[in-house]
Amino acid sequence: MRTLYKFHGGVHPPTNKTQSNLTPIAQAALPSKLLIPLHQHVGSSAKPVVEVGEYVLKGQRIGRPEGHLSSAVHASTSGTIAAIDMQRVAHPSGIPDLCITLIPDGLDEWIALDTCDDWTTLSHTDLRHRLREAGVVGLGGAVFPSDMKLYSHKHKIKTLVLNGAECEPYITCDDMLMRERAGEILQGAEMMRALLYAEEVLIGIEDNKPEAIAAMKSAVVAGNHQRMEVIAVPTVYPGGGAKQLIRVLTGIEVAAGVRSTNMGVQCFNVGTAYSAWRAIRFGEPLVSRIVTVTGNVSRPQNYDALIGTPMDELVAQSGQLPGTTGYIMGGPMMGVLMPSRQVGVIKAANCIIASSDKLFPTAKPALPCIRCTRCADVCPSELQPQELYWFSKAKNFDKAEDYHLFDCIECGACSYVCPSNIPLVQYYRFAKSEIWAREAGKKAADAARERHEYRESRIEREKREKTEKLAAKEKAAQAAKTPLQPVVAAANPDADPENTMQLKIQTAIDRAKEQAAAIKPKNVEQLTPQQQAEINDIEARRARIRELAKDNTDAQP
Amino acid sequence: MSGFFSPFITKPVSVSQIMLHVLLALIPGIAIYVWFYGPAILISLTLASITALVIEALMLKIQNKPLAPYLKDNSALLTAWLLALSIPPLAPWWLVVVGTAFAISISKHLYGGLGNNPFNPAMIGYAVLIISFPSHMTHWLTPHGLAEIPLSFPDQLNYIFHGMLPDGVRLDAVTMATPLDTLKTQLHLNTQLKDILEMPIYGRMAGIGSEWVATGFLLGGIYLLAKRLISWHIPAAFLGTLFITSGLFHLLDPSHHVAPLFHWFSGAAMLGAFFILTDPVTSPTTPRGKLIFAAGAGLLTYLIRSFGGFPDGMAFATLLMNICVPLIDAWTQPKVFGKKEKQP
Amino acid sequence: MFSALLVMAALAIVLGAVLGFAAIKFRVEGNPLVDKIDAVLPQTQCGQCGFPGCKPYANAIAEGTADINLCPPGGEEGIQKLANLLGMEFKPFGGATVPKPKSVAVIDESTCIGCTLCIQACPVDAIAGAAKQLHTVIVPECTGCELCVPPCPVDCISMIPIEENITNWKWKYPVYALTASKQAQ
Ligand code: SF4
Ligand code: SF4
Repeated sequence: MRTLYKFHGGVHPPTNKTQSNLTPIAQAALPSKLLIPLHQHVGSSAKPVVEVGEYVLKGQRIGRPEGHLSSAVHASTSGTIAAIDMQRVAHPSGIPDLCITLIPDGLDEWIALDTCDDWTTLSHTDLRHRLREAGVVGLGGAVFPSDMKLYSHKHKIKTLVLNGAECEPYITCDDMLMRERAGEILQGAEMMRALLYAEEVLIGIEDNKPEAIAAMKSAVVAGNHQRMEVIAVPTVYPGGGAKQLIRVLTGIEVAAGVRSTNMGVQCFNVGTAYSAWRAIRFGEPLVSRIVTVTGNVSRPQNYDALIGTPMDELVAQSGQLPGTTGYIMGGPMMGVLMPSRQVGVIKAANCIIASSDKLFPTAKPALPCIRCTRCADVCPSELQPQELYWFSKAKNFDKAEDYHLFDCIECGACSYVCPSNIPLVQYYRFAKSEIWAREAGKKAADAARERHEYRESRIEREKREKTEKLAAKEKAAQAAKTPLQPVVAAANPDADPENTMQLKIQTAIDRAKEQAAAIKPKNVEQLTPQQQAEINDIEARRARIRELAKDNTDAQP
Repeated sequence: MSGFFSPFITKPVSVSQIMLHVLLALIPGIAIYVWFYGPAILISLTLASITALVIEALMLKIQNKPLAPYLKDNSALLTAWLLALSIPPLAPWWLVVVGTAFAISISKHLYGGLGNNPFNPAMIGYAVLIISFPSHMTHWLTPHGLAEIPLSFPDQLNYIFHGMLPDGVRLDAVTMATPLDTLKTQLHLNTQLKDILEMPIYGRMAGIGSEWVATGFLLGGIYLLAKRLISWHIPAAFLGTLFITSGLFHLLDPSHHVAPLFHWFSGAAMLGAFFILTDPVTSPTTPRGKLIFAAGAGLLTYLIRSFGGFPDGMAFATLLMNICVPLIDAWTQPKVFGKKEKQP
Repeated sequence: MFSALLVMAALAIVLGAVLGFAAIKFRVEGNPLVDKIDAVLPQTQCGQCGFPGCKPYANAIAEGTADINLCPPGGEEGIQKLANLLGMEFKPFGGATVPKPKSVAVIDESTCIGCTLCIQACPVDAIAGAAKQLHTVIVPECTGCELCVPPCPVDCISMIPIEENITNWKWKYPVYALTASKQAQ
């Protein structure tokens, strides 16, 4: 028996999982349209590579990863691109973001897929590239591009942790996935282990999911997986947090801002392992995921739903009950209320809860903090939430940072137990985004100061050079007037004629250079490559405009 | 919707419930009090409660805060009860009223109300009374059976509200100094400790009657611990320090220093350990801080009791340690997840 | 009695001397203070404070010749920071100086005649271009100072406020104020 470690605190909210895990995963019906955001992952937004009106096949890439940290986006079914525009997305702000609207043709026809019978024949770089191109990102909610996490620097990783804990109430998508597709999850885990050069694979599942544990255990045996262990961990929220699960299984505490890989561990969600396997083995990009639909519906159920399915169409299949006030994406502890019911399912959407006043009654008014430290007792990061609250509320951000605000994982355990009903996490979110904004502002100000100072010094230098030049000219003029001139010339009577010639040429060149400099674009000395790229872009646009103008004039006569 | 942000669920626990449980935990002590000293204490509890609620409502009104959620939080009631239990029950009605009014208005609301007061309001009320009206604060009821003339309930009422005792009865005949006070005075008079403890007012461990009241509070405290409404740190550190210091002195000089159990079961020690020091608002939040805080209070209580000018040190020890709370908190911030030195 | 007075007087003198010495010894040197003030200023370099840039304004504040409420881009928060830094009272913006939403300059490329006047006006070299060629604002470098707007002979520069998007969106301060008026609703 493996010794398990404990993390501090934690809470035991009612799990509410049995509503949705009694029936097998169902295939969601094809929706009337798909709303696919281009920014579903951590990193830079994907760039659209299709045009409005274009016909696309299922699995065809419609967004190309842009930059180092990014991921591809694919058409979830076959159909026609109806729009590429700003739409409301599954984000708490309710601010529109770039989305591709796809009208399905009903055929659900796959593009030709690049399958691979034996991934061991592929190079690691190739595997990572395939994952990136398949849009595989962390499905536990963090949506971090998986290719970036599957890299082992100096082969230091010992343990690969597979996260099947699923500690949030209501959510059962990982539970069902493990029950039904355990074999494929483990295949994915094997592949991840190879990519990370990890020795052992530990699969942590909370002990309130005995069926999933049994399924995974028998799959380990059936697949003859070595050094792979399915471990039942105690049910306590937030035991499924990556840091908490790593702690429970290995005893290692990964501090905020530290990469777990530096401590010899890497952690993936079971759903991610499954998708990674499908992407490599069958060439299937991430076009669907398992979504739990529960809450105020008559038939709570897990669906295999296409990315981009409007949430209301998905919930309707479970029979939405009257009194639904909105949709929560994720669980009741860390989920976010959707700004609209029509937003598309994204890769991060593990669960949609139709909320009602009965399920989630209005919060009672918040009273002042009575310093009872119930919050500190349950905080898994061992913070002092009441102090953080105090500082965040007073907008004393430096102090909040001193008290480790950025170690807060926003699990909500503190708000859950607070007898004064203080929306603690909300204060931390506010303080964090305020600090980030401030840091960005500070950076911008520093850059501006630098550029300003550089400009001042340049103007200064130019002025100095000008006056020097003037002075030199004057001196020369004066010298020309004095009778000494011949003497100077005489002092060098047999000067090499070639030398004088050279001198003349040199001055001519200098003059030409100066003239050239005069029309050289200004302010291009200190450009970063990015700015250079921007300028190049602009130049290209100008060239095009000129071209167009020429065309126009050509066409006129 | 419950706000618009996660977590969307909360544990059904509220400030008023917590306070209510603390009030409930006081009841065994109060019952024993009534048993030994008659129902006068119930009068002062009622007076204090009414005053507290009225003043609380008034202060909230002035500050334009909503009445209902704050009045229902039971915190004012708790302050009132703690104060009423700390002062002599047989005292003019205005004494407890003035004390409670001061506690709620000045030491709670002037500092920002619930959650913001640095000092324990009940102890501030007590301190104000003992400084302003020392004579009224020393006349404690004589326990049942010891009094020369037992006072009936109407007699007690009559004294509290009209300042009149039955004909021919002097105040001294129905009241006495506390066992702690008596001990101190007698030691000053160079009476042998052995002889002092022979006096009829002393029972098994401490004062007759009062030792049982303290036991009642101990029971209530155990209930609070079992319900996890308070953490063990404060009572353990307080009682531990009080025990160790008094034990040391007792060992060194048994003829002048009473045994530790005497200290535990006299005065406000039990009430303080479980109900006063544990007030979350005015005590540190970190576990280590709680230990330091309560140990300091235990030491100070002992020193004031043995060498200071006041009969009991609980109130002043609490207030002195209250001052240090921000400092203690700042010093004892625990290491957070992942930032500890040793890793397996 | 007399001796007590003497002791007190002596104590007072000694303490006074120590304080005076400390004031001389630990006086904030001129330059670090200017730098500290400059670090608080937003570096927009717009001159709206009446000085030719943030640094000169910082100098003036350090010398005590300028008020702390003259910098609109810094906003009230900027004033608050200056007040904290200098141990002064917060002072609200007076009269016409009001903070505006942060903006960037945008050059209308169809109107620009390539005169370079805006390039010369830009305090942070955030406009690229050459004579007789279109000019462009390098958006990330633009501080929104508006100094390039007036010199343009064809009025082709406009200030566009930066809009909130998903990346720069911030969580709002929780408003669960508990006031009597709210309860009445
Ligand atoms: S749980 Fe709430 S009331 Fe208690 S200390 Fe934490 S923030 Fe304060
Ligand atoms: S939300 Fe943050 S402060 Fe609150 S319990 Fe979780 S980690 Fe701790």
